[in-house]
Amino acid sequence: MYNFKRQFLSGPYIIWIVGFIVLPILVICYYGITDASGSFTLENIIAISEPIHMKALLLSLKLALVSTLLCLALSYPLAMILNGLHVKHQSFIVFIFVLPMWMNFMLRILAWQLILSNNGILNTVFQALGLPRVSLLNTPAAVVFGMVYDYLPFMILPIYNSMSRIGNDIVDAARDLGCNKFQVFAKIILPLTVSGVLSGIIMVFVPALTSFVISNLLGGGKVLLIGNVIEQEFMQNTNWNMGSGLSIVLMIFVIASMAFMNSHNKEGEGTAVW
Amino acid sequence: MKKKISVFAALFFVSALAIGCGSSPDNKETLTVLNYGKYFDPEALKLFEEETGIQVEYEEYESPEEMYTKYKAGSIDYDLLCTSDYIIQKLIDEGEVLEMKHENIDEYKNIDANIIDASSAFDPDHKYTIPYFYGTVGILYNTDEVDAAETNTWDVLWNDKYSGKIIMENSVRDCFLVPLKQLGYSLNTTDEKELKEALQKLLDQKPLIYAYFVDETGDEMAAGNASLAVTYSGEAAYAQSLSDNLAYSVPKEGSNLWIDSWFLPKTCKNQENAEKFLNFLCREDIAKMNFDYVYYATPNTAVYDNLDDETKNDKTIFPDSSVLDNCEVYLSLDEEGTNLYNQLWKELKSN
Repeated sequence: MYNFKRQFLSGPYIIWIVGFIVLPILVICYYGITDASGSFTLENIIAISEPIHMKALLLSLKLALVSTLLCLALSYPLAMILNGLHVKHQSFIVFIFVLPMWMNFMLRILAWQLILSNNGILNTVFQALGLPRVSLLNTPAAVVFGMVYDYLPFMILPIYNSMSRIGNDIVDAARDLGCNKFQVFAKIILPLTVSGVLSGIIMVFVPALTSFVISNLLGGGKVLLIGNVIEQEFMQNTNWNMGSGLSIVLMIFVIASMAFMNSHNKEGEGTAVW
Repeated sequence: MKKKISVFAALFFVSALAIGCGSSPDNKETLTVLNYGKYFDPEALKLFEEETGIQVEYEEYESPEEMYTKYKAGSIDYDLLCTSDYIIQKLIDEGEVLEMKHENIDEYKNIDANIIDASSAFDPDHKYTIPYFYGTVGILYNTDEVDAAETNTWDVLWNDKYSGKIIMENSVRDCFLVPLKQLGYSLNTTDEKELKEALQKLLDQKPLIYAYFVDETGDEMAAGNASLAVTYSGEAAYAQSLSDNLAYSVPKEGSNLWIDSWFLPKTCKNQENAEKFLNFLCREDIAKMNFDYVYYATPNTAVYDNLDDETKNDKTIFPDSSVLDNCEVYLSLDEEGTNLYNQLWKELKSN
């Protein structure tokens, strides 16, 4: 009886998973391995080896990697500082970091467009200070900037979470047994936050790899990521088969990166994504 | 307590789904219209609903390719569509367009015969369409930074004096028309050699480009973020309304004349209501409302004749006939041509 009740309660979630996750993936797989007339072909998947697509994929991997590393470099020290603060202040600062996420991320990226543009706020300020004007917008650097800005909270939160769960007594014990500050960090803090770091990396790397909106808005149509190629196949060329084929390849990359991270995550204590 | 809430939420979700699926359409007369964004005065829509009692389900899209994808997906049966010349031709060729009974649309008499004539490029026997707005593609430039004489030719877009201050169209055909016309080719060419040459020109130009934009162009130019932009005459007129130091020019090598028209797609279920709607939008007062709202060149002679001289002489909106003679209408490309353009487009973007 109890089991039946539980199964009943999971009904909506099963409907959700089947309708909005499994079915769409099946549809994409079907389109990906068929051509316009519906017969089987691997051409859409092999199409990734075309120089243009390879270039877009490599650029996506590169920008996603750079964004992830930057996020990590910014987040880890920040999480440490946060963790050292009084508990009351901690929650307030975490709140500050989560606050921008209350606003639609498109709006925030559009705001950056205004700030970084040739005649934008940044250049106006530079000019007023007598500094040379910079053209930042519509470059790969601007896209990386947008990604870091957007995905930073996804890196901070899991690292902070894993860090705040390390009990003070563990650190005290290590000190008692003669560890210096550096040893405490290397032998206690770092290993115990690996799971948080790994899930942070996945939460930043995966959306950065598949993003196309940020590169559209901050790249001025000059930065072609694999996500933009797929969008173009769907929206402009009406070639759903090719778009799906490339999506499958991208999914393989996403799954591979997650599997790679997972295999390195031996602690896996719940801060991990899966 | 928490558990109770989640059970409640789940039940609510399921029942909402059930209600959502179960609702059946009532018998009220409706008309489903698909049109470009910002391309019909909402007040006029309200007027139509009041006058006829027909409820309009009005939907919008951004690019003709997006419209094609949306229409072809087939999840909504549209009664009436408005889009650009070459996509209409493509749909006519695919047998997706119903013949229109122009004789049922009294106010069709208002439409300029010259523009109807020009639409024979995509609708040879005038069986399928009614022109809505038309215009050109040209150069919008900042008069403080660019000399008007320079914009007489597309060459100005390769002048490295304007490096980092040039905006190109972020749409494959509008972008390729520039080098094609500059090289003296047709903008409907599918010749691989000619197109490769055009691609090379665009690649040479890419380091000078600020961005590839479509709808942002007007705002970006008004904000002074760039000095030169390739854009539609309507977008140019919009930008000029925001800023005084902008002007528009159609280069002497020629350009594109585009005609956005209404047609009845095969999915049309209520031809009579669609005709009522078409008649309504051809009527002088409504066409005037839409002209004021959209501010593109209207083919409605009744509206044009009653405009003040200043508007009539606004060369951005109403180009001279000598300019129009120099312009070509887009024709739809065959599949091979489309794929070639798309391939070259990706090559341009990825380099």
